[in-house]
Amino acid sequence: MSGNGTALLISRNFAVDKMASIDVAMKNGAYEQLKRALKMKPEEVTQVVKDSGLRGHGGAGFSTGTKWGFIPKDKFPRYVTVNGDESEPGTCKDRLILERDPHLLIEGALICAYAVQAERVYVYIRGEYFYPTKVTANAVKEAYAKGFAGQNILNSGWSCSIHMHNGAGAYICGEETGLLESMEGKKGWPRLKPPFYPAAIGLWGQPTIVNNVETLAFVPRVMEIGAEKFAGMGSPKNGGTALYSLSGHVNRPGVYELPMGTPLMDLIEKFGGGIRNGKNLKAVIPGGSSSHILTAEECKDLPLDFESVAARGSMLGSAAVMVIDETVSIPKLMHWMVRFYAHESCGQCTPCREGCDWLLRLSKKFVDGTARKRDIDDMWEIADNIDGKTICALGAAVAWPTKSYLVKFRHEFEAVCKN
Amino acid sequence: MPIPETLKKKAEEIVFRYPEEKRQSALIPLLFEVQRELGWITPEAEEWVVETCGSTSVKVREIITFYSMMRAEPCGKFLIQFCQNIACCLTGGEEIQHHIEEKLGIHPGETTKDGMFTLKCVECLGGCSWGPMMVVNEDQYFQLTVDKVDRIINGIKAGEPVLPDNPTPLLGNVSGERTA
Repeated sequence: MSGNGTALLISRNFAVDKMASIDVAMKNGAYEQLKRALKMKPEEVTQVVKDSGLRGHGGAGFSTGTKWGFIPKDKFPRYVTVNGDESEPGTCKDRLILERDPHLLIEGALICAYAVQAERVYVYIRGEYFYPTKVTANAVKEAYAKGFAGQNILNSGWSCSIHMHNGAGAYICGEETGLLESMEGKKGWPRLKPPFYPAAIGLWGQPTIVNNVETLAFVPRVMEIGAEKFAGMGSPKNGGTALYSLSGHVNRPGVYELPMGTPLMDLIEKFGGGIRNGKNLKAVIPGGSSSHILTAEECKDLPLDFESVAARGSMLGSAAVMVIDETVSIPKLMHWMVRFYAHESCGQCTPCREGCDWLLRLSKKFVDGTARKRDIDDMWEIADNIDGKTICALGAAVAWPTKSYLVKFRHEFEAVCKN
Repeated sequence: MPIPETLKKKAEEIVFRYPEEKRQSALIPLLFEVQRELGWITPEAEEWVVETCGSTSVKVREIITFYSMMRAEPCGKFLIQFCQNIACCLTGGEEIQHHIEEKLGIHPGETTKDGMFTLKCVECLGGCSWGPMMVVNEDQYFQLTVDKVDRIINGIKAGEPVLPDNPTPLLGNVSGERTA
């Protein structure tokens, strides 16, 4: 339990000294759930995860057990890829798992690999995460030394290797098919859909499960407390807890593990200590920079789970909550946001490649004070021409926030226009 | 510049991670190691990576130009990657960035005359709750202030670097200490 009475699942050992070393981790229960899983049938493990209501914490919120169930019956070899590309602006929770409890992730990835009968696990971590990579790589070595990875794991007859793989600076590689291209030694251009999930055709054309770090770290906990209890901890259709990355203008920014469905204003006021310097709340970006912005009014009575945030016209995404106080100019925020996508657009689809750059140039005019009123409509139009017209979701990821800033805070854009 | 033995050994370990006929998957990790060892990807090293991974020059070029961390030219001894994304900007990152520029006398993308520092403004580094943040070579620094940045840069100049923030400090309820 944490000091505030919330039951902590995946973060409960973050503060344990030397938790990243396997002896300490095992004293705290690491790999016990892998041992249990290996005594079950693979499909039983998948069923437990399905029943738990665990959903992807990388952004899309898809049912984890269902994803595992998409693996075609007779196609081998199979792979598991851990998505540790954490680069959605606002999101900073996977780094804590990688640094503070890497064995929990490794155990979860191995349970997943067993459930889908994969023979290799790759842990893909973004290149900028030097320290998290170092700690996790060491943990992988330790797992081999104790016989949790490699040949005939714990005499189960099942073998699985686990390897590290790093990115080198590309947001697009967080998109799961972009990540697979990157893993194959290519630029991270997302693949055409269908197939919508790489479960059938993934890494090197083989069945592959791509799951986010946090998602996989939850798996041993689901096994430990059982599907029913896990499901009961969250809100309807949203099992368990989530790591909420809280940043921006709050008194106590940080990563908070709270039940799915925790009200947004509780996160900001009760946990985050309210808006700093006694200012008023202006807006919240609820699920990473790709989500629609919410006005202060829209933040009221909003449970942070996938359905509730979607019903309010935004998305929970990676549960990265950025809090914006009244001192911030929304046109300036727009410029910071658009600059990111202009830098990160991979260049594959014309609407996004060209559109992001146009948006950047126009947003700069609002910051410089040279914008005209028609630039507002031009920006909306450009965003609309990206939305839904690209191979991957990055197109929508820039279009949605852009449109929402323009619509909900149009007066602020108009106020800085020359004519 | 010949390829150092340490790098060749590392290459063996990296290539071994992938099935034999999938050696091209080693490209990004291997190029990453090359610049770690040599400071940048030299033309000779690039050619060596092509051979080691059984790839082609054009494919390797494609990788180097696509990924923003890849460097095909030398940079300063200390590469400062400064985050310019939303969360860091909200917590005063721009002011600190300008301070670094003034202190080092360079703009983003430039290297100091003595070859010590290169400043690069980058997109989100995943330290949003601890902003503003930067990464100097492989060391992460959070909750930057003008004073902290001065200590870090002065420390490097004096050969007594400030310890990085490893591991990332616990903030929020995950430490099990904070109360609501």
